[in-house]
Amino acid sequence: MSGVISTRRASDRPDAVRLMLNNRLATGGLVVLVAMVTLALLTPLLPLHDPNATSPADRLMRPLSEGHLLGTDALGRDIFSRLVWGLRVTLAVGLSATLIAAFVGSAVGLVAGYAGGRTDNVLMRGIDMLMAFPYILLALAIVAVLGPGLINALYAIAVVNIPFFARNIRGVTLGLARRDFVDAARLSGKSHARILSTEILPNVAPVIVVTMSTTVGWMILETAGLSFLGLGAQPPQADLGSMLGDGRRVLFNAPHVALIPGIAIFLLVMSINLFGDGVRDVLDPRLKSGALTRPIGRTAIDRSATDAPIAKSGNVLDVSGLKAQFDVGSRTLHAVDGVDLSLAPGETLGIVGESGSGKSVTAMAIMGLVPTPPGRIAGGAIQLNGEDLLAATDERIRQLRGGAVSHVFQDPLSTLHPLFTVGDQIVEAIRAHQPLNHRKARERARELLALVRIPNAQSRLDAYPHELSGGMRQRVVIAMALANDAGLLIADEPTTALDVTVQAQILTLINRLRRDKGASILFITHDFGVVSAICDRVAVMYAGRIVETGTTAQILNDPAHPYTRKLIDCVPVLGKPDRRLDAIEGLPPPADDLPDGCAFAPRCPYARPDCRKDDVPLFDLGDERGARCLFPLAGHAS
Amino acid sequence: MTAPLIRIDAVERIFGGGRTLFGRMKPGVHAVQNVSLDIYPGETLGIVGESGCGKSTLARILIGLDAPTGGTVRFKGEDIAAITRKDFNRVARRIQYVFQDPVSSLNPRKTVRAILEAPLKRLRGLGRREREARLNELLDAVNLRTEFLERYPHEFSGGQAQRIAIARALAAGPDLIVLDEPVSALDVSVQAQVLNLLEDLKGRFGLTYVFISHDLSVVESVSDRVAVMYFGRIAEIGPSRSIFADPHHHYTRLLLDTAPAPGRPLHAPGTEGDLPDPYDPPKGCAFAARCPAADELCRSERPGLDAAVANEGHSAACFHPPGKAAAGRHSRNEKT
Repeated sequence: MSGVISTRRASDRPDAVRLMLNNRLATGGLVVLVAMVTLALLTPLLPLHDPNATSPADRLMRPLSEGHLLGTDALGRDIFSRLVWGLRVTLAVGLSATLIAAFVGSAVGLVAGYAGGRTDNVLMRGIDMLMAFPYILLALAIVAVLGPGLINALYAIAVVNIPFFARNIRGVTLGLARRDFVDAARLSGKSHARILSTEILPNVAPVIVVTMSTTVGWMILETAGLSFLGLGAQPPQADLGSMLGDGRRVLFNAPHVALIPGIAIFLLVMSINLFGDGVRDVLDPRLKSGALTRPIGRTAIDRSATDAPIAKSGNVLDVSGLKAQFDVGSRTLHAVDGVDLSLAPGETLGIVGESGSGKSVTAMAIMGLVPTPPGRIAGGAIQLNGEDLLAATDERIRQLRGGAVSHVFQDPLSTLHPLFTVGDQIVEAIRAHQPLNHRKARERARELLALVRIPNAQSRLDAYPHELSGGMRQRVVIAMALANDAGLLIADEPTTALDVTVQAQILTLINRLRRDKGASILFITHDFGVVSAICDRVAVMYAGRIVETGTTAQILNDPAHPYTRKLIDCVPVLGKPDRRLDAIEGLPPPADDLPDGCAFAPRCPYARPDCRKDDVPLFDLGDERGARCLFPLAGHAS
Repeated sequence: MTAPLIRIDAVERIFGGGRTLFGRMKPGVHAVQNVSLDIYPGETLGIVGESGCGKSTLARILIGLDAPTGGTVRFKGEDIAAITRKDFNRVARRIQYVFQDPVSSLNPRKTVRAILEAPLKRLRGLGRREREARLNELLDAVNLRTEFLERYPHEFSGGQAQRIAIARALAAGPDLIVLDEPVSALDVSVQAQVLNLLEDLKGRFGLTYVFISHDLSVVESVSDRVAVMYFGRIAEIGPSRSIFADPHHHYTRLLLDTAPAPGRPLHAPGTEGDLPDPYDPPKGCAFAARCPAADELCRSERPGLDAAVANEGHSAACFHPPGKAAAGRHSRNEKT
């Protein structure tokens, strides 16, 4: 397994073995386990007494007696010898049972999850029936039918544990089977059986290993349990459970006979469980991606690197020299690398760029919403109405969020809480910032819904997000953003997930609200069509920097930076179907390996040697225009 | 006219429905209803519509991943649903599919080589040496370097991943490729690269495309003919130029007016409204509730696709098609 994992992410993430060894408990478990397994493997080679040789004369000798390291049992058999031979049996039975349960259970889970429908129903109801019995009762019943004996105990334990695997694997398979790559494999000519074994199984394998590592200890315990009851290993064969059972009879006059196998079972199961937890932590994709480490409430700020706030400007928002970085493994991604922005009252500024250009991180950094870890603000200054936001306390930032500054994100379904009505959510947003009682706040929520033109506002208050269409949901989010008369609205691709007719409605709504309320809007998008519909000014971003700014008309009609020109020309325009699209060759540079000089030079048709030398500043082209280009397009000689 | 490559005849797809154990009717959703159209060899047929209009369901029926609950899809005269029941691969050799999200359409645990070899092995039955030669041709066709063969999908950008997906579709040597929003998940600069590539491949391999998208400007730039879908039915169909210059359905008009374009003021639809309830479809025209020209006739009777005929091959399911006067507003196309 570790092979699959480490080849995938060998380059930029610590590999599985190193991660595993970092976990001290798991490493301890591994050491104990390896020692015990080695002992069990070497047993036949060790100079031991015959484990089954009785000698009534030496019965119940204490540990550390001569010739018997751990003493002898009620029949005078050497306990150390029986212990290591028993360990061998217990391990073999436990592991085989795990393998059988994993194989059968995973097969059932894979087939049920992949086939779905009736097959799934029949298989899983069968599994449910297995689970309906207490496990020990079921194992007892199986042994009762098959007769006592180690092999039958093994079958019983395997059968009892099949549901664990079947249910886990089915759940994972169910999600995978609906993925596009399964349909794609069908269209590549693969049969169902082949898809299961070569497409789905490799994706499920880590889950199987994780389930195995967490159940194997449990199964060894069950093996010991059945043997203890006399249903597993039959005399004279030694196994940890039967030794414990034998010791029970002489528990009071010779406690060591029961105590020693008990300690052995404890050590074995404990080590396996600790190791299993370690394996799970390494292999579980959710733990690996860091999804379970909660980011702190506000982006970390390198206070030493931030600038002194600039003089008062009368702007709603002033950002200067903002840098935001992500530390991923040993790499540092320069997502935002020195961005200057300003936003006047009532103005709409569009930030345009492709994914990875840093436009969203810029917007998130303003209110400290970049997740830490791995993100941090590494320099610059941010001022809201003259107030230094990077120096503000966490409490002050919390007050401003959703109060003076509000956000609208791309996907309204993931912004709204699915379990609360939209009315409750708007009321919560209002009461977090205003001292209104619930009734008044609800009245205000109704007004807000009416303001964003939701028909039947009163009855929609009690609707859950899933009961509304995509456009309606985004209206609700906008209503929440307006709840506290925010002076600054940060909208991050608010219409990208919507259909064009709905997009037009939402844009119209935002435009009207801006006029009526006089709010400033920072509007992030990749679409110049949307920009021209709503923005006064535009900033074009590339590789973490602003490469061109100016009014919307200037930028659209007469771009100065070759990237802006290319970005406009590579999009088909309605009504001009015959134009060959002017694609931008190549890809944006990776954020941890920016080229010297102009970041766009490698893709720029006009690049000259000078472009690749030094950092290119944002040249002032007059008229509030700027372009980060040494050789701006015709008509913009600097 | 030449014989159609594919003839879709009155296709219908209902999800759910049927009866419960006690014989009560279960509600069903008509994802696609009474869709008939022909696809001719060598053309690009664009299918436009908003989310939930049934365009993706129709695409899945075309390639045999889903079967219609009514009507037939014939490929060169043979019923696709009947073929797939017997031999799924026979359809896959002729018709291929490119998914919207390139990353989720590639198995994260397979190398590019394994992904591209599957159709060569299973559909074309090529031996090891022939496969190696084809792999190089395929990568060359989609402008990728051969060293990419040993890499895993997560090492690629969206545009590169989509080119791998296109190469996989080409590997089967199909006549028809169904492209389901092939560029919507890509950045605009990469979008153009992929669109240009598709255009080149079409000429080089003599392909026919069905191009599904919600983006009118993209559809206009790639399609010879366009079908506009609304609420599971075809609202308007015809040659691309004719539809975009002179739409005969108010829904097409609305789409054209609301699509954002640089240098164009915002145009908001006069009437607001959502799609009708799919569990309780209206009796008449599904668009009537949002339509500025709707009257009693529209609300009580459903217009057929022959209700408005603009010219040869261009028709719309509308009783009161927007006239030339309304189309005058559209002259901005020439101005910009």
